[in-house]
Amino acid sequence: MDSLLILIPAALVLGLLALAALLWALRSGQYDDPDGAAGRILFDDDDARSK
Amino acid sequence: MTDAALFAPTVSVAAPATARTCAHCGETVRGETVRGKTAQGASEALFCCAGCATAHAIIAAAGLGAFYRQLEQIHAHRPEPLEIDFAAFARPDGQEGASLELLVDGLDCAACVWLIESLLARDPTITRARVHLSTRRLSLAWRGPLADANGHAGLVAALGFRLAPYDTIAAAVGDDRETRELLRAIAVAGFAAANVMLLSVAVWAGHDGSMGDATRTLFHWISAAIALPAVAYAGQPFFRSALAALRAGRSNMDVPISIGVTLACIVSVHEAWAGQQHAYFDSAITLLFFLLIGRYLDRRARGRARQAVHALLALSSRTATVIGADGSTVSRRIDGLVPGDLLLVAAGERLGADGIVSEGISSLDASLVSGESLPQPAHPGVKAFAGTINLGGVLRVKVTAAGENTLLSEIVRLVEAAERGRSRFVAIADRVARAYAPVVHMTALLTFLGWTLLGGLAWDRALLVATAVLIITCPCALALAVPVVQVVASTRLLRSGVLLRSPTALERLAQVDHVVFDKTGTLTLGRPELVAAPDDPEVRRVAASLALNSRHPLARALVRALPEAMPAAGVVEHPGEGLEGDGVRLGSASFCGVTDPPDDGRSELWLARPSQRPVRFAFADRLRPDATATIAALCRRGLTVEVLSGDRGAAVAEAAAAAGIAEWRSAVTPSQKAQRLATLAAEGKRVLMVGDGLNDAPALAAAHASLSPTTAAEATQCAADAVFQGDALHPVAEILDVAHRADRLVRQNLVLALLYNLSAVPLAILGDVTPLVAAVAMSSSSLLVIGNALRLGAGRPHGKRS
Repeated sequence: MDSLLILIPAALVLGLLALAALLWALRSGQYDDPDGAAGRILFDDDDARSK
Repeated sequence: MTDAALFAPTVSVAAPATARTCAHCGETVRGETVRGKTAQGASEALFCCAGCATAHAIIAAAGLGAFYRQLEQIHAHRPEPLEIDFAAFARPDGQEGASLELLVDGLDCAACVWLIESLLARDPTITRARVHLSTRRLSLAWRGPLADANGHAGLVAALGFRLAPYDTIAAAVGDDRETRELLRAIAVAGFAAANVMLLSVAVWAGHDGSMGDATRTLFHWISAAIALPAVAYAGQPFFRSALAALRAGRSNMDVPISIGVTLACIVSVHEAWAGQQHAYFDSAITLLFFLLIGRYLDRRARGRARQAVHALLALSSRTATVIGADGSTVSRRIDGLVPGDLLLVAAGERLGADGIVSEGISSLDASLVSGESLPQPAHPGVKAFAGTINLGGVLRVKVTAAGENTLLSEIVRLVEAAERGRSRFVAIADRVARAYAPVVHMTALLTFLGWTLLGGLAWDRALLVATAVLIITCPCALALAVPVVQVVASTRLLRSGVLLRSPTALERLAQVDHVVFDKTGTLTLGRPELVAAPDDPEVRRVAASLALNSRHPLARALVRALPEAMPAAGVVEHPGEGLEGDGVRLGSASFCGVTDPPDDGRSELWLARPSQRPVRFAFADRLRPDATATIAALCRRGLTVEVLSGDRGAAVAEAAAAAGIAEWRSAVTPSQKAQRLATLAAEGKRVLMVGDGLNDAPALAAAHASLSPTTAAEATQCAADAVFQGDALHPVAEILDVAHRADRLVRQNLVLALLYNLSAVPLAILGDVTPLVAAVAMSSSSLLVIGNALRLGAGRPHGKRS
């Protein structure tokens, strides 16, 4: 049962990491324009500003 | 297919790039041309107007000629002058710069996004230029004064995109942040549900005694540490709505949800504290997770519809040119016009107010207002209505009624009145919820009282059983049943070019038993087509080369039918009469000296050449290609069909006969249309109205359900429940088909969800529902409902053409 003391926190930390990644993606606007993002990869030039 | 594509203005399809097409917008060049260099700089290019030449020059100068290659099948838009002062909408950022949010109309594809962003990025003062294709929003930030806003916006507008400040929509919809909040709540609930479930499975597996009491209690406390904060955060949408409902003295679905989840948490903490076997942390958070998904799907469907409406409204604020007493002209917003103003109406411009023509000869396209397909002659003394388009020469119009008093505003008022009536319609899910919530509360309360008073159980044991009842009856499957079907149905319809605008549209469409069609633009294509012409190819060529010099709809129809002609030189247009060049005349019967034209209800052009008899070109508004088949399909379904049109009797009779419709009414005014719909409703009929004109808008809003083609006026699209794309009429049958199937699935789902509750509730009342049983029952019923809904999406949309 000792292994639980490591495994449960480990599972929680991994889950929290994934949650944090998703929340970060949401906050940085990556879910705002799903249609546009699909087309953007087709633009050749790299100098167009993308912020 | 994107929403933007559905709402974009009609864009001409690519024609082979011959010498006569504009190098920017691809329209046929007629009369005077503007010359310039192509983007590649090699040869000379032709443009239809100075605006297109400017747009092309801007693109070429910025070295963005690749735009035209990326456009593929669609042409760029013809630019329109800027009409709004954008500086007033710009926000200073506190330092030296400012930012502005704009709605961009005419965004069709990624190429437009690329063009706008790349062009703005060349300006070193612009620090951010980002276009959102989904929401059609351009967010812009720059260093410099607020007044630069007009320059930056002007650059985009010069490319042919129509712009409107985004604020007006954002304020009205306010939806963006809420959707994001919901997504965040789903993420938190999902994370917590997965982890608590992980622990719960271990606890369930240990019920046979292999897990010690201390370990189980520890697991319960860890679950509590994860679930309680997650419930407090992710449950907010439900708690808020439940509180609001209770405060208003009502009850909604969120009340039992909130009570159930809160009670489950409290009871579980008590269980963990007492070191007991059963804790419902996993049920509480999983429940929220499922419910949030249903809520999110529902919100997305509604938000999309609402945004489309507000985008249309924001774009329709326009200005008119007013001639002052000293002869100077000023641009004024339409809502600032007063009776007595003298308006200058250029060719192609839409009238902003009702008035009387005081100078100039032209013809007016009143099809949006009256449904009449033929242009009306306009000369001094004629009444002209807001919403009509000036087709010929410049007109001066004295305003008699402006703003709220115009015929157009009258129509908008009729629409609003009718929509208020329709908002009384209650969706089936809400009806079920209203009946369901009190029953749930009573059952749980009775269970608690029964076990404490009759069963002799301690209060905390009885509360545990009552909580199980609340959890098992929580309308998890019920909450998913309707939104999932709606999402699947609208996705499927979107694939065949139909956009649902109202969340209850499908339900109302499924109840329809009578269909009313408008004629012009709905049964027919709404544009005249050449149906009879002289056989002599030389005559045809001469007529087409004259016609190339005019924008009159009949002339354009002639050119469409005879595309090979080259424009004739030295042609003079006599507005409202016809064209003349080299002694050859093309125009109305009287203009060509014909005294007794045949009256067969068709529009006509005559060609008169010196010393030869005038010959006649006849035009008719063709039926949509599959109109007859679609009407027949509707009749086979047992629906009754009729035509209601503002057009003349002969034209309506002919179209109705061709489409196979026996019942028709002609020359009907907008309010008469709405009246007719009210009469039908009084007879107990559930009417589907299909129409495209502004004159149909009140009828569309008054009908039980309504459809309009995407070519319809903006206000009309706003009044319709769904809009369909393309020249074909079969989407009408397809929408009804999908609506019927969706309705059946919704009912099946509700029955499934209720059946599950009926079978599980007795177990819960008896106290046999452990957390394990609750989790299994909840997930399986939700999956069953979702799986059932997905059946609608399976299979190809039928009747679809490649």
